[in-house]
Amino acid sequence: MSSIRCIQLCKTFRQGDEIITGLDHVDIVVDKGEFVCLSGPSGSGKTTLLNAIGGLDTPDSGEIHMDGIRIDMLAKGPLADMRLHNIGFVFQAYNLIPVLTAQENVEFVMQVQGVAAAERAQKARDILKEVGLVGMEDRKPAQLSGGQQQRVAVARAIASQPKLVLADEPTANLDTVASSQLMNLFSELNQHHRVTFIIATHDKRVMAYAKRLIKMEDGKIISDEMQAPILDEN
Amino acid sequence: MKGIGIFNLRFQVILVLSWRNLWRNHRRTIIMLAAISVGVWAMIFMTALMRGMVDDMLKQGIQNLPGHIQIHHPDFRDDPSIVNSIDEPSGNLLDALNDPATKAWSTRIKVPAVIASERETRGINLLGIEPGKETLLSGIGDQIIEGRFLRDSNDNGLIIGAKLAERLETRVGKRVVVISQDPDNNIAERGFKVVGIYKAKMPRLEEFNVYAALESLQDLLKIKPQISQISIVGEDFRDIALLYHRLKLATPENLEIKTWYELDAYLKYMLNMMDGFVLVWVIIIFLALSFGLVNTLAMAVFERVHEIGLIQALGMRPGMIVYQILLESLLLLLMGLSIGNLLAFITVKPLESGMDISIVAEGMAMMGASSMLYPSLTAADMILANMVVIILGILTSILPAWRAAQLDPVRALHST
Repeated sequence: MSSIRCIQLCKTFRQGDEIITGLDHVDIVVDKGEFVCLSGPSGSGKTTLLNAIGGLDTPDSGEIHMDGIRIDMLAKGPLADMRLHNIGFVFQAYNLIPVLTAQENVEFVMQVQGVAAAERAQKARDILKEVGLVGMEDRKPAQLSGGQQQRVAVARAIASQPKLVLADEPTANLDTVASSQLMNLFSELNQHHRVTFIIATHDKRVMAYAKRLIKMEDGKIISDEMQAPILDEN
Repeated sequence: MKGIGIFNLRFQVILVLSWRNLWRNHRRTIIMLAAISVGVWAMIFMTALMRGMVDDMLKQGIQNLPGHIQIHHPDFRDDPSIVNSIDEPSGNLLDALNDPATKAWSTRIKVPAVIASERETRGINLLGIEPGKETLLSGIGDQIIEGRFLRDSNDNGLIIGAKLAERLETRVGKRVVVISQDPDNNIAERGFKVVGIYKAKMPRLEEFNVYAALESLQDLLKIKPQISQISIVGEDFRDIALLYHRLKLATPENLEIKTWYELDAYLKYMLNMMDGFVLVWVIIIFLALSFGLVNTLAMAVFERVHEIGLIQALGMRPGMIVYQILLESLLLLLMGLSIGNLLAFITVKPLESGMDISIVAEGMAMMGASSMLYPSLTAADMILANMVVIILGILTSILPAWRAAQLDPVRALHST
């Protein structure tokens, strides 16, 4: 059963007098539990496609289905609920809420979902431990390094057990070691929890972890291939 | 139940976000807090001063004749002559008047008359009073500035106002002649010795109200034991509904019973005008405050566009974002109100024993108020100021909150 299906997605942007094509009749099907990397140069449409699948942006035309529900037709409220219960986001720029501690950032989505205090606190502690942030639960984002912040963002994305994690250049601001740790974590979640991953990147080391590699250019999919993932030797 | 539980959890998270966001920019929040506090203080303090002044004017107005409630002949208000007299109270009415809920009451004769000295003649309101009881009602006994007050209901003396004494060119100890009519339209006249001169807080009353003992006047007008009116005072002139109802039940049907605001429309309008003025005053101050409040919230939203985009991306509904911004505004308002109310309480309470404003006494006297101002901090005025600030504060916060909720998540996430 397919988890995500995009049909003939088109999206253009106006930049001054110029019209830029973000997505040009994109068709894509991502099954549950897949580990997909979107690659391509800047402006190829990777982030636009991620935003459309995540319900953050609306396509000009085409359809997006998630588990049989057409999400591009949803109103703002139901769309927010869909994101809340199904999708975990990992952004390039960490994007933590600065007034909340690491633990509170991880608990945030669960709290909005309505998970009871004790349960979400325990889950948040467990996940922070899993991403190697024991003892840093009470630190605010400004007191954490870039790598630590990104791990908190990953913890937040997976804490609510989403069906799908959308990650946009998740390793762009991380050093090699931190990047490997993060990708190992993603692989583990994909393998053990059947979480679907769609990662936009132009980092070849990240692409190596993917089971499926989709290349984009000028808003079009130019290749879509399965590959044997290369797991980190560490 | 589950829905309520989820709402509570969401409320907790937006409460934490609102509170912490408020203190991200300490300086701006403290400045806004100071503005709200001073504004609320000014609202309540000025209202207390105005309320005190108007209360004083009303009390003077009510004391200087009608009382809080008055019982008289049904035609007395149209024709306040001696023919429209009534019997002294008895039976159920007397029992009701003597009930402890009635603070004070007294009977009076009130007829138009002419007073003549050796040099001048003037038209007056001639009032026959029970001296002991009347002092409790109108305080006339305490306003004597020369001579003495009437001793009892048989006293043959006359009390006149300082202004009238000046017009008549008379003084304590001199004789004057009072001329009126008896019920048969015969001239009733008698010489009285001026035994006292009073100074009223409302100078115009000094020229017209002349006081004699009740029984002396009954003898002069040949109406014993009839009277013109029964004047009654309760504990608070604003809260006389119960007393009025009780007395109305005991009042014979052939008599008319009226409250002070029915008897003196001017005083009623003054009270209504004061209430309206307080509301206008509170709203004007709030409008000045609202610019700062909207600006603070608009800046807070503008600075957090990226974050708002983030919480939208994470699944916060637009409605919850509106609530979060409104909650931020409400927290700011509640803190400002608490400080403002406390400041008002601390500054008004010590002044409630009276502020000497004799420097503007003449102007105050013209308005019917005394030279001492007693600021009045009422719960109703405080509630009004607080409600106006909260309701209008929330209303003015809706626009920045709504704008925050309408942000496009992708654009918001890309803003710096």
